[in-house]
Amino acid sequence: MSEDRGVAQALPDDVAALADVPADKGEVHVVHLYPREMSIYGDLGNTRCLAARLRWHGYRPVVHDHHPGAPWPGRADIILGGGGQDSGQVRVTEDLARHTDRLRELALDGLPMLMICGMYQLFGEAFITVEGRRLPGLGILDVTTRGNATRMIGPVVLDTDFGSVVGYENHSGSTVLGQGQQPFGRVRHGSGNNGSDGHEGARTANVVGSYLHGPVLPANPALADGLLEVAARRATGGWDPAEVDDTVAERAHQAQVRRLLGS
Amino acid sequence: MGVRTSLALAAGKGTRAVSRLRGGGSALPGLVTERLDPAVLRHTLGALPQGVVVVSGTNGKTTTTKMLVALLRAHGLRVFTNPTGSNFTRGVISSLLAEVGLSGRLDADVAVVELDEAHALHFSAQVPPTHALLLNVARDQLDRFAEIDHTARLLTTLAEQTTGGVVLNADDSFVSRISGHVGEGVQVRWFGVDPSIADRLPELQEADVRFEDAQAAREPGPGDGLLLPEEDGRAFTVRFVGDPDADVGPLTLRQRGLAAMINATAATATARHLLGGSFSAPTAARALAAVAPPFGRGEVIDVDGAPLELVLVKNPAGFTVALGTYGTEPVATMVAINDNYADGRDVSWLYDVSFDSLRERGVALTSGVRAWDMALRLRYDGVEVGHVEQDLDLGLDRFLTDHRGRPMRIFCTYTAMMHLRRRLADRFALARFGEDPDA
Repeated sequence: MSEDRGVAQALPDDVAALADVPADKGEVHVVHLYPREMSIYGDLGNTRCLAARLRWHGYRPVVHDHHPGAPWPGRADIILGGGGQDSGQVRVTEDLARHTDRLRELALDGLPMLMICGMYQLFGEAFITVEGRRLPGLGILDVTTRGNATRMIGPVVLDTDFGSVVGYENHSGSTVLGQGQQPFGRVRHGSGNNGSDGHEGARTANVVGSYLHGPVLPANPALADGLLEVAARRATGGWDPAEVDDTVAERAHQAQVRRLLGS
Repeated sequence: MGVRTSLALAAGKGTRAVSRLRGGGSALPGLVTERLDPAVLRHTLGALPQGVVVVSGTNGKTTTTKMLVALLRAHGLRVFTNPTGSNFTRGVISSLLAEVGLSGRLDADVAVVELDEAHALHFSAQVPPTHALLLNVARDQLDRFAEIDHTARLLTTLAEQTTGGVVLNADDSFVSRISGHVGEGVQVRWFGVDPSIADRLPELQEADVRFEDAQAAREPGPGDGLLLPEEDGRAFTVRFVGDPDADVGPLTLRQRGLAAMINATAATATARHLLGGSFSAPTAARALAAVAPPFGRGEVIDVDGAPLELVLVKNPAGFTVALGTYGTEPVATMVAINDNYADGRDVSWLYDVSFDSLRERGVALTSGVRAWDMALRLRYDGVEVGHVEQDLDLGLDRFLTDHRGRPMRIFCTYTAMMHLRRRLADRFALARFGEDPDA
């Protein structure tokens, strides 16, 4: 991986070494938003997964951890955000406001983004607290979330454009899609956005918001590579994946599907 | 003591006798008793002359409780405890049923009970603790407790309900902040690590740095009990600031690792607080050195002459500490991950643990309900996995067969540990769970 550009999260050398292809297909820059404040359910696993897969495909991953108040990374080809506690959300609000226009532009421009749980909510139109207070979001996804007394917790299976997706949800916010907003997936097991309309997450262009952690990418390699394809095309002008052995990931995926759907 | 309590105790004892015949679990008799007399705990424990001590926090409750009980018994106190690690109120009541008469009279001077964060409040509503030992707050079973902040609030409430004294972890800001919330006249005592090894704190605590003041540890003060390890990494002293006569050690625990040492420090600081002037440092050192590891917490089982170590892992902090203690040793390694309720149903946390230390030797086998997810996690850290076998019995068989006569270690979540421990007990004539002779 690249030597000196503030790569905060090292990809283990041996993982890089496991890739029996040279890293000669170009750099792809992965930006992880708020890995301290908004990374409570193993969200670092998504970043690690993308970095490792890029390397396995012959690309050179550069990971930027973006912290509140820090200058925006020089380059972003794909952006990740995770879940946090209420206190963590409060801590990132100001920084997020500073970068709202930039994030909106990048989203419109087709940059792939994966926003999980708390960051998914913040990417929506608004969050309405249990007391009825309306906190505006970035408005990149047309979803509105209401604070809720009951938590939606448990394993999930979805049907999505990326095939079936497994994960785990744990949220008290109940989210509703605006008219015309495409969901990320349809719920086959679990609660999803609100437990009633069968929708999970939201997707606009290449921006995916979802309540699934797990973390979601390692056991869903088709989703990971789907996002990486867009990122690599933006970064290098093409997508030239290598043969990656996903036997273990597919078995982990299938084990959950079988267990939860009985098929 | 009312008729209702006696009836409830009789029913519980009956259930206990039946469930023991059937080899059943430890919680049902407690459930029956509690249903019949919700105030049974207050009626039985509330009258103990030296009070009720609650041990709570995310990591180390069972080990610390066992050590504290050993320390107090070594000083001549008769101690009631819940030694099975069944740390819900029902588990406490189930333990009680074995020792209490139908009159409700308990032959003990003091009760020392471990309770998980949520159940501690259910308990304290019944019996306000006279003392509380609060160990740490980490992410554990988030689907049960939802948020770290929430867990910290539970412990704070427990401290607020404590009437005599609290012993707090000086190095865990979630716990040390609680000092501002104890009632008037409630004494605060501290345990922590000696400043000379402060750089090892990350091994003990989850790297949770979401808060600016998270690293602002309390400066040691007079009376604090501090962990000071010896050069060899196995022996240590619990140093009492400003009172060297009370220093306990150097001594070596039977349970290995820094986490066990900090648990011993917490237990020692609490014992000294409870015992006051009758605390004896040599007695304490002898007692600690004799404590056997609780089931599955670094317990070593003799498998046809070769040591098999069972290491319970429940959360990122615990797994990281366990790997720091054991990870680089040349033994065959199995990892068993279940996601039942008692394990925490969400296995995301595996991605917050670094498995680099296992890379050189690899992992022989992953097992449990989430065996494939564990293997996948290891793949992302470049750790080779020999076999994946979801079925715990088949996994254990294969592991024992493949590594016969060589040192072995199994890292396992709670229900996986219970399952494997039962199989191992049957095969190698170990004490059964709940019948720990050293407890």
